[in-house]
Amino acid sequence: MVGLGVISAIGKTVDETLTSFENHRHGLGPLSLFDSVHRQLPVGEVKISNTQLANELAIKGSFNRTTLLGIYAARHALNSVKLSLPWRRGILSGTTVGGMDRSEKFFSQYVAGADADFSLVKDHECGSVTERIAEDLGATDHISTINTACSSSVNSIIYASRLIKQGYLDVAIAGGVDSLTKFTLNGFNSLMILDKELCKPFDADRNGLNLGEGAGFLVLVSDQVLRDEALNSLCTISGYGNTNDAFHQTASSEDGRGSFLAMESALRSSRLKPSQIDYINLHGTGTKNNDSSEGVAVQRLFGDIVPLASSTKSFTGHTLGASGGIEAVFSVMSLVHGCVFPNLRFQSKMAEVNFSPIREFKNALNVRHVMSNSFGFGGNCSSIIFSR
Amino acid sequence: MTYINGIASISPQHSFGNNPLDGIVSSLSRKFECIEPDYSPWIDPRAIRRMSKIIRTGVAAAALALKEAGIEKPDAIVTGTGLGCITDTTQFLTRLIQNKEEALNPTPFIQSTHNTVASQIALLLQCFGYNQTYSQRGFSFENALHDAMMLLEEKSAQNVLIGGIDEVTDVTVKIFDRFGFSKAVHGEGAAFFVLSDAPMNAWAEIAGMRTIYKPKESTQVTSQLKDLLEAAETRMEDIDLILLGSDDDQTRNSIINKMNVPFSPPTYSFKELCGEYSTASSFALWLGVMAIKKGFFPNRPQPEQVKKVLIYNRYFNQHHSLILLKAC
Amino acid sequence: MEKLMSELKVKIIDALNLKHLKPEDIGDDQPLFVHGLGLDSIDALELIVLLQQNYNIKITDPQEGPKIFKSVKTMAEYIRSHQPA
Repeated sequence: MVGLGVISAIGKTVDETLTSFENHRHGLGPLSLFDSVHRQLPVGEVKISNTQLANELAIKGSFNRTTLLGIYAARHALNSVKLSLPWRRGILSGTTVGGMDRSEKFFSQYVAGADADFSLVKDHECGSVTERIAEDLGATDHISTINTACSSSVNSIIYASRLIKQGYLDVAIAGGVDSLTKFTLNGFNSLMILDKELCKPFDADRNGLNLGEGAGFLVLVSDQVLRDEALNSLCTISGYGNTNDAFHQTASSEDGRGSFLAMESALRSSRLKPSQIDYINLHGTGTKNNDSSEGVAVQRLFGDIVPLASSTKSFTGHTLGASGGIEAVFSVMSLVHGCVFPNLRFQSKMAEVNFSPIREFKNALNVRHVMSNSFGFGGNCSSIIFSR
Repeated sequence: MTYINGIASISPQHSFGNNPLDGIVSSLSRKFECIEPDYSPWIDPRAIRRMSKIIRTGVAAAALALKEAGIEKPDAIVTGTGLGCITDTTQFLTRLIQNKEEALNPTPFIQSTHNTVASQIALLLQCFGYNQTYSQRGFSFENALHDAMMLLEEKSAQNVLIGGIDEVTDVTVKIFDRFGFSKAVHGEGAAFFVLSDAPMNAWAEIAGMRTIYKPKESTQVTSQLKDLLEAAETRMEDIDLILLGSDDDQTRNSIINKMNVPFSPPTYSFKELCGEYSTASSFALWLGVMAIKKGFFPNRPQPEQVKKVLIYNRYFNQHHSLILLKAC
Repeated sequence: MEKLMSELKVKIIDALNLKHLKPEDIGDDQPLFVHGLGLDSIDALELIVLLQQNYNIKITDPQEGPKIFKSVKTMAEYIRSHQPA
């Protein structure tokens, strides 16, 4: 792992993001991106308009927000790495909304029987967004888009590492992106799992999640690229697990079996003992169901000694398909800077578990192994371990 | 080695029954819809009530492929879909607009995520293993296939269930027409396969696959084809059947003629049977295996024996894929 | 009350797409969730939408669901006591 880029409600760059964490400054607030009857619900918007994004990126042509956010973070990641040889470069991205921010505008016109602007749906497909990012970066030797709901981008990172290990790719930009849309806001509202207040992940009195948006990408390279380009490895992917809870379409099992199996699989493949994990970036959405299920699984796996753990969704909101990628970047930041991030607004421990998430930003720590969890609708559970 | 031990297809043809492709169906309109089977042997009525067409067809085809392979639970489930559950997506969006964001039914939203088919299969089988869904337009199925082949290579799995699924709606027809498909027949389908590292009862093996994104020259495709054949120790003259994914646009067809390889093997445009859609190559794979198994070759003089099949699919002239099949 | 319960049974079958059932298959006191009809959490949300769309009753806390939707009878009683005039 040699490069990273992230954009979310708490910053446009890795440095800005770190400053937000240090200052306990979350990015949740009122909705301003589009008009909605649900405008009172707190969301984690990236504080930059599409026009500003396009200008900063000096992009010609009209792109949806997901593409713009994706290019922003992916470019930052790739630009932080000096590559001079003609390696096979690919992009692996996880996204759930694709171009929905513009497609829903098209649909308003279409349903009204008006002369709908078909150009709005040009890049609706998840795969189209990734192709635009690939073309911008010149990384078209392999293009894959994964959509496994909220575990999409961690699955992209896992797949990228496998492609490199098996010799199919030399350089992979892997992660994910999602933007806020009326579709997802209303979708999650219809499930009655949105918190009307700022979310409280892992708290006994938690009431749901806040939606967010953003993008997070890592640059992964093979041993040969590392050697030949004399690059500095920030960390490695030492283990991962991809499992299915197979319990219900949206709800997680009470005993968190899917989450447990994913984390256990990650530990097994990394050959690490539970006690060697220094920090867990929890999926921690703030819903009653996820946090309980994940908490029980963490407790079962780590027993009496649960590592420092927190949900950074208390800062960014739940960025859906991008969450795995964004939180992978946070995990690498934790390793590189020797820090752990607080779980904001936590007050009382859940009854189901014996541990509490951390409440303060801490640095000057010796962080060697970080685990990051991402669990999605459809029971898709993934866990990944980064090691220094 | 990647062996194909079980196959199933629900398509605009009679592909799911006991005598697949017994009587060819031609499309009567620009929307070529699946012939859906009686689902009762395959899906519990309590489970099917929420399932839109893409989910029902996917779940049933997966069940049949597993039955044919004699596998109860695969080690991994990997699917590819271009547009995902577009009916549910459209339904939720339409209601959102019409009801002005009030009193919205959650079911279509829940069912609209692209991974719904893969997760429903896992749920019904109680399969906790690796579960993945790709959505990469004309490479959605190829991505799934590549991942599955890698899982077998890595020895992370012995049996992988893979599938290509997409559905057609009135809206998708209108949209794709605007983006250059105005002469195509829009199709849909669900094709599932059990891939294994052991032959078991396999009729065919996948001898290789290549994908080429937006080739500027046809030589980029032909060089990948030469590479594919060389790696599989096969010559062009040994191919018994080429399944072509070409639409009926003369301009687009000309790139095939420029491939400059001896086209003595018989060719067949498989999209006459399934129409055009993102994961049509999954139907082609099913058809290729059927050709090897039954010597099937619709409406054309039958070759004596089909042992090697080459599939060359093109989607929007941006996604070119080559898959080589060999009889076991 | 009888009329409301009959009406509810038709609406429930329609809203939850229970094509394999007829209104007379659902008992007035039959448990709708877990056992009985075996409905799940998604169905509970759909029933909340049913109340809003057909009877103008808005339930904001999904935790109230299990009590209200215990049976067709409890649903009818809730509607009777909460329906706006």
